[in-house]
Amino acid sequence: MIEITQCDLLIVGAGPAGLAAATTAAQLGIETLLLDEQQAPGGQIYRSITETPVQNRAILGEDYWHGASLVEPFKQSGAHYQPGATVWAIANHTAPDAAEGFEVGYSVAGQARMLRAKHILLATGAQERPFPIPGWTLPGVMTAGAAQILLKSSGMVAGQRTVLAGCGPLLYLVAWQYLNAGIAVEAILDTTPSGRLTKALPHAWGFLRSPYLAKGLKLLREVKSRVRIIKGVTALEALGEGKLEKVRYTAGGKTETLAIDQLLLHQGVIPNINLAQAAGVEQRWNKLLLCWEPIVDAWGNTNVERLGIAGDGGGIAGALAAENSGRIAAYDVAMQLGVIALGQRDAQSAPARAQLERAIRGREFFDTLYQAPDQFRMPTGDTVVCRCEEITASQVRETVKLGCPGPNQMKSFLRCGMGPCQGRFCSVTVTEMIAQERGVSPEEVGHYRLRFPTKPLTLGELAALPQTDDSRKAVIRMKKPV
Amino acid sequence: MFNRLPETQQAVTKRPIALTINGLDVQCREGDSVAAALIAAGFNECRDTAVKEVPRGPFCMMGVCYDCLVMIDGQPNQQACMTRVRAGMKIERQLGAREVQP
Repeated sequence: MIEITQCDLLIVGAGPAGLAAATTAAQLGIETLLLDEQQAPGGQIYRSITETPVQNRAILGEDYWHGASLVEPFKQSGAHYQPGATVWAIANHTAPDAAEGFEVGYSVAGQARMLRAKHILLATGAQERPFPIPGWTLPGVMTAGAAQILLKSSGMVAGQRTVLAGCGPLLYLVAWQYLNAGIAVEAILDTTPSGRLTKALPHAWGFLRSPYLAKGLKLLREVKSRVRIIKGVTALEALGEGKLEKVRYTAGGKTETLAIDQLLLHQGVIPNINLAQAAGVEQRWNKLLLCWEPIVDAWGNTNVERLGIAGDGGGIAGALAAENSGRIAAYDVAMQLGVIALGQRDAQSAPARAQLERAIRGREFFDTLYQAPDQFRMPTGDTVVCRCEEITASQVRETVKLGCPGPNQMKSFLRCGMGPCQGRFCSVTVTEMIAQERGVSPEEVGHYRLRFPTKPLTLGELAALPQTDDSRKAVIRMKKPV
Repeated sequence: MFNRLPETQQAVTKRPIALTINGLDVQCREGDSVAAALIAAGFNECRDTAVKEVPRGPFCMMGVCYDCLVMIDGQPNQQACMTRVRAGMKIERQLGAREVQP
């Protein structure tokens, strides 16, 4: 029998939250293991921070390079680290000894493994919000985040015939990083509705005190002076036969077409919640950010005992907030494991708490200003909603009219959300479309019921898992006594 | 079309990793993902979908969307964005759903 590894604290995800939490926990003497899907630490925001080929620091900018300050202490901390590890199951009922806590299934290079952890902290971060427009499945259309990953991890940039479309700070950040690398994109098609600034203004006080303000304005000015920006885009379509050839957009009532090679889409990010949800963590619908998010207390705890969440996976707040929420959660885990007392937890986490407050200042302003417009979240007609099963908007809407009340029933009708991405790129869309058709709130409609394994794995992978004597006895017919 | 920044291109010239994409010889950079290698070589598409058999290419580059599935050394349904290149790798287009293998 192969030994099953054990740890006190398992952290999933090596972005800012996971790195900071692992560092803090290990420094406090907790046996900590960090599992991460990528081959190098940093998450997506600090992707390839230890190995990026883009060594000219001016290209990616100082906010990116801040990520390096998280990696060095992590390496020194004594935390164990397994890159290339995909966690696909978390259970807390099957461990023979309940005190051993959770049983976790994960895979490294196509080989499944098991481990036990007394405490789990999920730091699974964020993913791009779906952007269901006609043609968004065409080769040549990708997320702005994907283009940024190509830049960070491989030093690759899109050519001249590239258009960025959507709304939110990342759109302009990518344009700025491209400018720094000597590339001017053809245009930015900004979908921020014209009345949004007025709506966001009541939240301006927080924004004015935000640490992002000065940097953000400088970046915006530079992009605006050097890139063609088309504001108030109300309709967007990717066109082409088998691959992207053009983008058609409407702005100010006028429809135009641009011949392009790359379309990079972005309209905000949403929490990566599949692991949390499958583990039984309660979710709520965030009315401002228009997404599901786990219900997490001020210390990262959830309704599932000994399972916490830190960073954007527990609600979108950005990299600096993630880092500090990771530290705060680690102090709380230390208290729960009996390593420090309540007073020590409060005192030692105070600096991180202050940093967190500072980092989230001004979020309501951004979140109101850049809320993705309805027509780009709830499509109609032949636009693909579920990319994996290739289900269209009209199929979803017709199925609601037949009496299908929610996303889980939708699965039996259409297989919507049942492909390899497991609803990651259609969950919020399907919930909102059903809510719109039924004239009820997204909460009432609910979300996909997500189950383990939360990422596809082959039967062969599963069958190769180490077996215990008990599991063997359960399936092997014993010889009858003579 | 994506291009490599000059310093990255230098890395390819100095220490190329040779592999094949749909039978074509391609050189890429050590540390590239298979998806990056595909895109750098001009392949924006990498598979035909399982349902309607239409072309798709890498979309999220972070292991979430499963649109970059390819055959790697005969193994179907491999996530190109989550796999690093190795010398001698044989990358092929994933045609529709994978078949059950003996």
